[in-house]
Amino acid sequence: MSISEATIDSMIKDLPFPSNILNTLREDVLKAGVSKKEMEEIIEKMLEEYDLSCIEPCDAAGVIAAQSIGEPGTQMTMRTFHYAGVAEINVTLGLPRLIEIVDARKIPSTPMMTIALSKNNPEDYAYDREKTRALAWEIEATKIDHIADVTTDLSQMKLIIDLHEKAMEGRNITIDQVKEKFNEELNVMVSISPEMDNQIIITPGEPSYRELLQLAKSIHNVTLKGIEGIKRVVVRKEGEEYTLYTEGSALREVLQFEGVDKSRTSTNNINEIYEVLGVEAARNAIIKEATDTLREQGLTVDIRHIMLVADLMTSDGEVKQIGRHGISGEKASVFARAAFEVTVNHLLDAGMRGYVDKLEGVTENIIVGQPIRMGTGDVHLISRKAERVEVTPEIVAEEIEAEEE
Amino acid sequence: MANVPPIPKRISSIKFGLMSPKEIRKMSSTPIITADTYDDDGFPIDMGLMDTKLGVIDPGLRCKTCSGRAGECPGHFGHIELVAPVVHVGFNKVIRKLLRATCRKCSRLLLEPAQKQQFLDQLLAVEEIGHLPDDLINEVYKEASKVKSCPYCNEEQLDIKFEKPSEYLENGEKLTPTEIRDRFENIPDEDIVVIGMDPKNARPEWMILTVLPVPPVTVRPSITLESGQRSEDDLTHKLVDIIRINQRFQENREAGAPQLIIEDLWELLQYHVTTFFDNSVSGIPPARHRSGRPLKTLSQRLKGKEGRFRGSLSGKRVNFSARTVISPDPNLSINEVGVPMPIARILTMPSVVTPRNIEQLKVFVRNGEDIHPGANYVLRSDGRRIKVTNMNKDDLAEKLEFGWVVERQLKDGDTVLFNRQPSLHKMSIMAHSVKVLPNKTFRLNPAVCPPYNADFDGDEMNMHALQTEESRAEAKILMQVQENILSPRFGGPIIGGIHDHISGLFLLTRFENHITSYEAYDLLRKSRARNLPEPAGHDEDGKPYWTGKQIFSQILPEDLSTEFTAQVCAHCDTCKKGECPNDAYVVIRNGVLLMGTIDEAAIGAFKGKIQDRIIKEIGPEAGAKFIDDMTKLAIRAIMRTGLSFGIADEDIPKEARIQINEVLGKAEDAVQNLIKSYINKELEPLPGRTLDETIEMSIMQKLGKARDETGGIADSHMGLENSAVIMARSGARGSILNLTQMAACVGQQAVRGERIRRGYSGRTLPHFQEGDLGSDAHGFVKASYKSGLNPTEYFFHAIGGREGLVDTAVRTSQSGYLQRRLVNALQDLEVQYDLTVRDTRGVLVQFKYGEDGINPTKSDFSKPDTIHRIVRSVVNKEVA
Repeated sequence: MSISEATIDSMIKDLPFPSNILNTLREDVLKAGVSKKEMEEIIEKMLEEYDLSCIEPCDAAGVIAAQSIGEPGTQMTMRTFHYAGVAEINVTLGLPRLIEIVDARKIPSTPMMTIALSKNNPEDYAYDREKTRALAWEIEATKIDHIADVTTDLSQMKLIIDLHEKAMEGRNITIDQVKEKFNEELNVMVSISPEMDNQIIITPGEPSYRELLQLAKSIHNVTLKGIEGIKRVVVRKEGEEYTLYTEGSALREVLQFEGVDKSRTSTNNINEIYEVLGVEAARNAIIKEATDTLREQGLTVDIRHIMLVADLMTSDGEVKQIGRHGISGEKASVFARAAFEVTVNHLLDAGMRGYVDKLEGVTENIIVGQPIRMGTGDVHLISRKAERVEVTPEIVAEEIEAEEE
Repeated sequence: MANVPPIPKRISSIKFGLMSPKEIRKMSSTPIITADTYDDDGFPIDMGLMDTKLGVIDPGLRCKTCSGRAGECPGHFGHIELVAPVVHVGFNKVIRKLLRATCRKCSRLLLEPAQKQQFLDQLLAVEEIGHLPDDLINEVYKEASKVKSCPYCNEEQLDIKFEKPSEYLENGEKLTPTEIRDRFENIPDEDIVVIGMDPKNARPEWMILTVLPVPPVTVRPSITLESGQRSEDDLTHKLVDIIRINQRFQENREAGAPQLIIEDLWELLQYHVTTFFDNSVSGIPPARHRSGRPLKTLSQRLKGKEGRFRGSLSGKRVNFSARTVISPDPNLSINEVGVPMPIARILTMPSVVTPRNIEQLKVFVRNGEDIHPGANYVLRSDGRRIKVTNMNKDDLAEKLEFGWVVERQLKDGDTVLFNRQPSLHKMSIMAHSVKVLPNKTFRLNPAVCPPYNADFDGDEMNMHALQTEESRAEAKILMQVQENILSPRFGGPIIGGIHDHISGLFLLTRFENHITSYEAYDLLRKSRARNLPEPAGHDEDGKPYWTGKQIFSQILPEDLSTEFTAQVCAHCDTCKKGECPNDAYVVIRNGVLLMGTIDEAAIGAFKGKIQDRIIKEIGPEAGAKFIDDMTKLAIRAIMRTGLSFGIADEDIPKEARIQINEVLGKAEDAVQNLIKSYINKELEPLPGRTLDETIEMSIMQKLGKARDETGGIADSHMGLENSAVIMARSGARGSILNLTQMAACVGQQAVRGERIRRGYSGRTLPHFQEGDLGSDAHGFVKASYKSGLNPTEYFFHAIGGREGLVDTAVRTSQSGYLQRRLVNALQDLEVQYDLTVRDTRGVLVQFKYGEDGINPTKSDFSKPDTIHRIVRSVVNKEVA
């Protein structure tokens, strides 16, 4: 005699649990089939268990989180190069990556993107190899070396670029586009050779060897097509779906392309996520990157610790570093800052500005030698001697007045 | 009532500021004018650097200021009147900015009144939200220094240049500190506020010194060497220099010396004052001691790891502590620590004499310091501390009064803290109860090694005897080992069986053991289990026998029920659960092990499911008891059969060797084929890789696979009768890979994840052809450790090994710094009564801890096991 789905839903909807717990509970009871009485018992037991599992007030959650993330650091590898799923792209992993995340670096040492493709209908990008390939070429930065041989003609003072037709076709780029691009970027004479097919001739602005050699160097850096900074795009089929992996990252630009699934596309550059999608997204990115890094090393760290670190880093609305130029450098206490790094400067500054240290934090109180206000130091028993007050009409009147106010 | 504790006071805040010359003179006990320290009789000279008005350090002398003796007198400041003002090094940057931002004539801040007001408002706003105003103030300086002519007096502003170490040039002309000081003196108070300074506590002109405070002698004590010679502190040396130059400067000026000489002396004075504050300023040579060692002056004392802040204030030294080598003792409980007798006799616990304990304490005092549970000191109620000696012990015992304190020696049952560095997590310091033992090492149950990360190869650990009732209570409730079995890092047990514990129970529960009652009682002798269940069967001769699983069940709590897969699980595609052919599915019902093998997944540290369930369902006490019993049973169990590992365990049959050689030969051929196709340019490059990278990757892959195959062959010829296999399978120690390397093939040696390439041009060693890409030439070791490596293989192996060592060394320092930064940034965060997380200022970081308020320690590895369990227990049906 099990109760209906709707009844279960109505019974559990007001419970003070997170959604994942409720969903598990729902699945379990549906699978088992419970009576109303059993359901009530289950809920009662869960509430009891939840109470027991809750964190206690005054718990030094910060230190625990810091230790839980820092302690496994000793067991992590230093190896910078590793392969994550995609054998073609190198990614920084292990301890260096973890340090990079908490440092809130502007650019990670190996930026990388995962570009999910739209799959709204069966012919969409995610299921179409050709479309995906074409998109990949649109995104990948095409340099002159990819599609041509460059020779420097010293006697004629010019650069001769022999374009490969096949390569151009593959990347869907024409000789005119190449010419245009060089014109735009380099500000020199670019002409299509009249004698040879697929040849471009570039002559420097003023005829000097220095100019010519400089030019020969700089044309290699011109991005002819695609997004600057994305060095390579790899197409991979995962299950039914094609996905792009890129070396280099440019989230804002990539999201503009048709066929890119904006909600599932991601980068490992946290700062970029912050700039494009905002601080909440950056917070989630920190959690994801840190969890992935730790998991890849086979270390289990509870996600709550990582969430605390991510929340602290982003609590001011911007991504702040864990360290001297971020959280630790912006603490309110002079002593706390002085005890961390650049001791003397903080003291001199404090003197000059007339700062007041209110001795609220941990370090400050340790320094002056008194108990810290945390854990058992944050619990106070106050006993007041019962005051005997004779109740006079005046007092009663005063009380009434106070209440009315 | 001297021993009544004082009313607890708290320092509520500390204000910083600059000292004005007036204040320096006011707090000074004496001006210092002579550079000499002691006279010929060894007495301090008046108005010298060791003047007794500055405090005393020699015993016997009394301070002329406070008449305290050495040790009582805290020391008093003196002062030196500088003949000419000098710049304080630390403020050079600010002085430069300020010179640029103020008018050279009227000294006002070069901003319009409206602009000033605007900045001031912003400043107040920033202060209110508790942010640091640094960026805003820099903005003020930047704006003000852009102004070319003063908005108040129309004076044209000249370019100010700063030259290291402390010279200011205005349009190429030198500004003397006197001139700078004059300008700063005229800055009105309301302008000072705008640049973030507080005119009452810190006026800009105070950054240029006219009077130098002389630190008390207690800050710079001189030491008397063995030869009777006095050796002065670095600061005293520096002060001597300053006084000397100061005097010379004065003499020269009074004598009307030429400007050039005066300027030189001024610069010299500046140099000495600069190095007195900071001896590591860039641009000037550090002041040196006669021996050539750079002096340690004020800022060097504060800076860095051993500096005042990190070395002395944040990390304090303590009494009542002990340190010695650790060694294992499986007979102790995990909550205990074996304390060597010599240590127990020195460390003490204070205990107040009351009617309840006076008789007991009298016994301790009567025992004196030589007979063990004795007493070392008695504190009378008037505060006098009396040492208990053999002469006065009986006397003291008689005199004992209520309210006195007896410092009795450490005895069994006392709570102490035990610690091993590096203290990376809270489980690095736990409370144990003392067990006084003979000999000279600390003893601990090997099951508590994992949280401390300790082993017994010479590790030392520290112990701290707690001195107050409050601390002992806290330690016992919060820090005792049994309260820390579950790690908050992942919500599982961090204490459990290691090495022999695991192999022991594996041997006991895996095989069909027939255990006689004699053996059974022997196995369970040290544990608390006393009665045996019904025997599992009878031998041919009618004797009853028990199985290993039954014996193990005896130490399980009666109401424990759980199911899980063991470490030996072969990870079949579909789990047959109860019908597991491998006996890898563990079922425990009501404290009886029905099936399955006990191994690392059941009782291991980090993984043990059984401790996890016991603690979460029954409690930490039962958990501690289980671990105690388990370690004892396991050691008895491993002693029953014995487990030894020798070189013969790596033997593999001849046909296996042939097979292995075949595999390696084939791999070699495959590599050669790859190389051939590479040379003939027939090799297809992997997408996004160059040809060179492709060939390297495919060779690595081929060889890696070959090594694994040889491992498989070796493994298939070694069964569970092999100790190494037992240890690897059960998770006790080592892995199949280790075994493979010993018995079959060591495999590829790598540097930075690649085959070894460094060495000569085109080849790794002269033994090979230039350009040889073959496996031998790049560090593939065909041999096994047992068969022995040939010279080139040995060399490559050393290269790979070295990389590992370097890696570890670099990693420890990097991860140490990461840890320090994390702890520093997060240490102020605390869960509040409303389950929000805030820092100590009250700034909110999380609305609900971890989004669900659940303690990670009790989070069941963040999996919803608890829900399944509750539903199962109510409905009595399998879910999930």
